[in-house]
Amino acid sequence: MTRYYFDHNATTPVAPEVLDAMLPLLREDFGNASSIHHYGQKAKQHLETARRQVAGLIHAEAREIVFLSGGTEADNLALFGVVRNAPRACKHVITTAIEHPAVLGACGQLEREGVEITRVRVGSDGVADPDDIRRALRPETVLISVMHANNELGTVQPLAAISKIAREAGVVCHSDGVQALGKIPVDVEALGVDLYSMSGHKVYAPKGEGALYVRKGTPIRSVQFGGHHERDQRPGTENVPGAVALGRAAQWFTDNFSEESERLQALRDRLEAGILARVPGASLNGGAAPRAPNTSNICFDGISGEAHVIALDLRGFAVSSGAACSSGAVEPSHVLLAIGLTADQARGSIRFSLGRLNDAAQVEALIEAVAETVGRLRNLSPAGRAHA
Amino acid sequence: MPENGLIAVAMSGGVDSSAVAGMLHREGVPVIGLTMQLWNQRRLPEVASGGGAGRCCSLDDVYDARQVAAHLGIPYYVVNFEERFEREVVRPFIEEYLAGRTPVPCTLCNNFVKFGQFLEMAESLGAGRIATGHYARIRRDAETGRHLLCRAVDESRDQTYFLWGLTQDQLSRALFPLGEYLKPRVREIARGLGLPVAEKGDSQEICFVPNGDYAAFIDAYFREQGIGRERTRGEIVTADGRTLGAHEGVHRYTVGQRRGLNVAIGKPLYVIATDPATQRVIVGRDAELLKASMTVASVNWIAFPALTAPMRAAIKIRNKHAAAPATLYPSPDPARVEARFDEPQRAVTPGQAAVFYDGGLVLGGGWIA
Repeated sequence: MTRYYFDHNATTPVAPEVLDAMLPLLREDFGNASSIHHYGQKAKQHLETARRQVAGLIHAEAREIVFLSGGTEADNLALFGVVRNAPRACKHVITTAIEHPAVLGACGQLEREGVEITRVRVGSDGVADPDDIRRALRPETVLISVMHANNELGTVQPLAAISKIAREAGVVCHSDGVQALGKIPVDVEALGVDLYSMSGHKVYAPKGEGALYVRKGTPIRSVQFGGHHERDQRPGTENVPGAVALGRAAQWFTDNFSEESERLQALRDRLEAGILARVPGASLNGGAAPRAPNTSNICFDGISGEAHVIALDLRGFAVSSGAACSSGAVEPSHVLLAIGLTADQARGSIRFSLGRLNDAAQVEALIEAVAETVGRLRNLSPAGRAHA
Repeated sequence: MPENGLIAVAMSGGVDSSAVAGMLHREGVPVIGLTMQLWNQRRLPEVASGGGAGRCCSLDDVYDARQVAAHLGIPYYVVNFEERFEREVVRPFIEEYLAGRTPVPCTLCNNFVKFGQFLEMAESLGAGRIATGHYARIRRDAETGRHLLCRAVDESRDQTYFLWGLTQDQLSRALFPLGEYLKPRVREIARGLGLPVAEKGDSQEICFVPNGDYAAFIDAYFREQGIGRERTRGEIVTADGRTLGAHEGVHRYTVGQRRGLNVAIGKPLYVIATDPATQRVIVGRDAELLKASMTVASVNWIAFPALTAPMRAAIKIRNKHAAAPATLYPSPDPARVEARFDEPQRAVTPGQAAVFYDGGLVLGGGWIA
């Protein structure tokens, strides 16, 4: 069976040029970047080149990039590092209801440790209103954490306006940029954020590598303890092959960004037009907001997204519905519930996320497969027959 | 109905359902494995047992099922039926206890989840039939065209007591390959197929209740739902109205129970009934537990469409009961039947199932009213 991958927001394959760049670091250039000898120096050079490449993609300075294990660690370092460093006794953090579990889970733990959390609601367009963030400010607010692009909807949050509010209030501003990097332009100066989380495996580098942008002067402390790596912000021998892979991946996006995002947007627009034309009772989630060009979230009335995803997988099409829990079963998405969908609508929604593996012919095949699958599922379900 | 013959196997991660998947796959039948996620084990942490081994939907069981599917090379998915399971099985289970009855959650699960939502999911995925690891047999009556349910070859494993609620449509789309085998033979087959679960122990009876302590489960569920304990407290009384003491929860008592009464009047006392209106537990002597007749409600007939005349049958009134000879009498309400035992039976318990047998054949069944 030919298989097609339409789940690039879940993860991406390692790109050929990325693999080529990292392989020497696993073989001959295997040194510990902290060692003083030749091997260490070679590794250190590669590490710093990678740091410049990542910084270049987001318009930061190289010394503002901290390499770590991935998006979840970046979010945890940002939240715990800022909150623990804040001198006051009462602390308050503002975030949104549609954050990734890496942020929501960290906020939940902070809450158990006595920190007050405000989770600002979003509109039905999947976008947070900066005025709501402003209204949530308190004298004891120490951090605002708002994602850049949402993983399920692709909706882009008004980060520049939010960081302005933070700056005026003297509050640190963090953004989880895991789903934005490589999909929409990221300029930490223009965005005005102090901290920005990135993940390697969403941009064609391997799993287990990520980075946190830490604006110079941001009040943050390490949350792990050990050696003096990464300017004392993240102890532990650097994963040089991973950092080199992330650097090379960042370089690819620096070189190919406009071309690739335009290509993906054209494919995504064709996918949406095709599905909405072919399938009755289908509607776009978050379609009214500015979105990452590769992401499409579509609600199919009256059918189970879980059955839909499995049925498409059995035909060779990999798509996603909701978030997988530990057993691998699907739970209704908190993001879709937050934009006002009913539990049934959330369960009936499918996320298609495009990337480098996809082309126009695959998109046509996907439209065809979705139309057929939805038609068959509707014929089986009493609720679905209304649309048949 | 799909023509490709695809069969969805309900895989629990245990040796039985794993053997079913393996046997069908070996025969060349196209198979897809599905594990039903029925209960979130992160809920009710106070009753969680260490590691959750042997409980439904534990990560270990999903891991095992996934390993078996990978070993066989069949497509495998976990499907989330938690919402339906709570609505159709867990809540009714609790409400039955509070209503003074002793429920059989496995039957509810079979009727509404395993042969309900699971069958729908299978059909959605293009599988016309499902297979499970139940010990029971299905026969098609050539004359009437009806699908008949029969006891398993392995009498000690027979699960027909939990399957009396299946409709003809459900039976027509179900396969119980293990009904023909003795359990040791099933393990041999699992070993022969090299299944990683071949030596795994048997699961317990009520899958979502850790260690079989359903009273602790109900207490924890009440706390989670914010339901006060006073809803379950009451008095322990005799049939003639004498109060002997108080109890901490009506769901802790079932008809025929002797232990845990904590009242002494010099002779052995047994629970003979519970009164849902007052939450009273009524106790009495052993002889008061004997009943010669009962009404069975929500009756489902399998062997024939309806009972039109009195009929002889052997009736099981709980899973481990040796079926007792009796006569079934039709009632004006076709969903009810009157049963008169040849010999009075001990602890006829409202809420339990009554299953009617003719030898190895399941005639039908219903709930003891």
